Amino acid sequence: MNPRLWPLLATITIFAIAYAICVWHFPNLWSTRVLGNFLTDNAFLGIVAVGMTFVILSGGIDLSVGSVIALTTVLLAVLISRMGVHPVAAFVIVLVVATLFGSAMGAMIHFLEVPAFIVTLAGMFLARGAASVLTQDSIPIDHEFYSFISSLTYKMPGGGRLSFIGVLMVLVFVVGIIVAHRTRFGSYVYALGGNAVSAGLVGVPAARTTISIYALSSFLAALSGIVFSFYTKAGYPLAAVGVELDAIAAVVIGGTLLTGGYGFMLGTFVGVMIQGLIQMYIIFDGTLSSWWTKIVIGALLFLFIVLQRVLVFASKRRWRGWKAQQA
Amino acid sequence: MNASVLASLAKPQYVALGLVLLINWLLFPNFFDIRIQDGRLFGSIIDVFNRGAPVAILAVGMTAVIATKGVDLSVGAVMAVAGAAAATLVQAGHPLGVVLAAALGIGLLCGLWNGFLVAVLDLQPIIATLILMVAGRGIAQLITEGFIVTFTDPALIFVGTGSVLGLPMPVIIALVLTVAATLVMRRTALGLFIEAIGVNRSASSYAGLRSKLLLIGVYAFCGLCASIAGLIAAADIRGADANNAGLWLELDAILAVVVGGTSLLGGRFSIPLSVLGAIIIQAMNTGILVSGFPPEFNLIVKAGVIILILVVQSPLATRLWGFFSSESRNKAEKRS
Repeated sequence: MNPRLWPLLATITIFAIAYAICVWHFPNLWSTRVLGNFLTDNAFLGIVAVGMTFVILSGGIDLSVGSVIALTTVLLAVLISRMGVHPVAAFVIVLVVATLFGSAMGAMIHFLEVPAFIVTLAGMFLARGAASVLTQDSIPIDHEFYSFISSLTYKMPGGGRLSFIGVLMVLVFVVGIIVAHRTRFGSYVYALGGNAVSAGLVGVPAARTTISIYALSSFLAALSGIVFSFYTKAGYPLAAVGVELDAIAAVVIGGTLLTGGYGFMLGTFVGVMIQGLIQMYIIFDGTLSSWWTKIVIGALLFLFIVLQRVLVFASKRRWRGWKAQQA
Repeated sequence: MNASVLASLAKPQYVALGLVLLINWLLFPNFFDIRIQDGRLFGSIIDVFNRGAPVAILAVGMTAVIATKGVDLSVGAVMAVAGAAAATLVQAGHPLGVVLAAALGIGLLCGLWNGFLVAVLDLQPIIATLILMVAGRGIAQLITEGFIVTFTDPALIFVGTGSVLGLPMPVIIALVLTVAATLVMRRTALGLFIEAIGVNRSASSYAGLRSKLLLIGVYAFCGLCASIAGLIAAADIRGADANNAGLWLELDAILAVVVGGTSLLGGRFSIPLSVLGAIIIQAMNTGILVSGFPPEFNLIVKAGVIILILVVQSPLATRLWGFFSSESRNKAEKRS
């Protein structure tokens, strides 16, 4: 069996075992109601994690996504509630703004040859600051279109509600899987993350790909911000603080190699679900405190990073053994 | 005055600090006023040093880590853990010596953990320290059991708000730490070793450096600095707030180091310039606050500063600069 699939299998196994334990403790977790809420509650994290997967696959990192979500909600609130723009037009505007923002970050990373970490840090400050300059307070969004979207649910057998944003998240993942594994852009991303120098030598357009990756990440962060505004029905400059960490954690737990070049989009989906499961268990239990979420996610991060390390080490040894046999 | 002294005075950091202070002075003519009250100094400029001290202390440790081509994202969380431990222990009635030793010991332990992950397991520093950044706040909340633990122990509060010789205690601590760290780095070969690891870790190992041990030591030192900053932050508000103590300060510390001219790609570093970077950032913060802008405006200014530094330091700018200067040289040669 291909050892490259191990991290993905490990993630899926851990999720299955954790879900089984949860169901054993709380049999009510085994229902479509919980499943529906599960997708709805994790929708914004899932969408942002798809973008983060592309970024990490290319060997980069994007610290700005949480701030972009906050800026999106504030922009939406200002456009819709203060200026009377129709929500659909407002959505288009924020998506365009975010895509330009991400392209600018990608261009800086490529042309200035600086680490993605520090450029997206500047982006994080900039987006959060811009949101705070627009407003200090929470601006409510009250529009019939929002109520209409919220009312769009599909009743599953068993009484569970599949909401519009839950379906949207699954759709984004499906598109993400196709783009990552079945398109030229996807293979460029993997090539850049595997080895940027050799990717350049075999003709991968590094500038265009890098800019597209960060533009895509910011675009998805803005889409996630739109979804976030459906939960809160408000724009708030301090919303979604630390979401970038949750997204990175989801990608790593999903088995994507942090040095880039290796990973599966499906793993990220399971990573998001594992984080959601921990939170749901804590809510169902009622006596555990929310800080356990952070500790368990930290421990899982450690586990998966060490697992990746062992796998990389093992594959290198196998490679050496194979070469020794040939010689 | 000879040219080399002039050149060292013209370092961009000094110019930047001078500019920021000048703008503050123009906006508030009494910015530099210092008065003595109850045996200690008061004034905006003293306030800049006092508020800047925690980030300056973090920057001292962060400089050493960044010089090894690493980064420590966990310092903010370690601050929260150290503060939580100190507050909980002092509330339980332990003497100050035990409290300080425990808080600093926890910081050292956190640093050792990061160092172990980076040096022994060979993980990328961003990722290795991310683990503690996520889990650290959880651990801090575990220690305080989710509450903001307040305390009234005068000795511990003195660490954050007391004064010695008229100067606030945080400033004294930051000053002593900066001087001590600079002396140890520059009067021994330690600084050179760290730079060697940052430039090329495997080469320095082949040259006989114990790079693993040194790396672990550097991260442990960074953890120790973080716990000192955590003690000051907790003593300052007379309580440990596991959620907000040191929140995002890791980013300020990294920014201070970058403003101080240490490259994120490792190698040459300067601890005093990083501390200067922390003071520049704090002077900007104070300037923005006293001029009545919302504090969030800081973020935009900080982003602008980062982008400016990146553009100036980038290889592209160096190439362009080289291109233009060689161009002008060529023209001059043709003319002659």
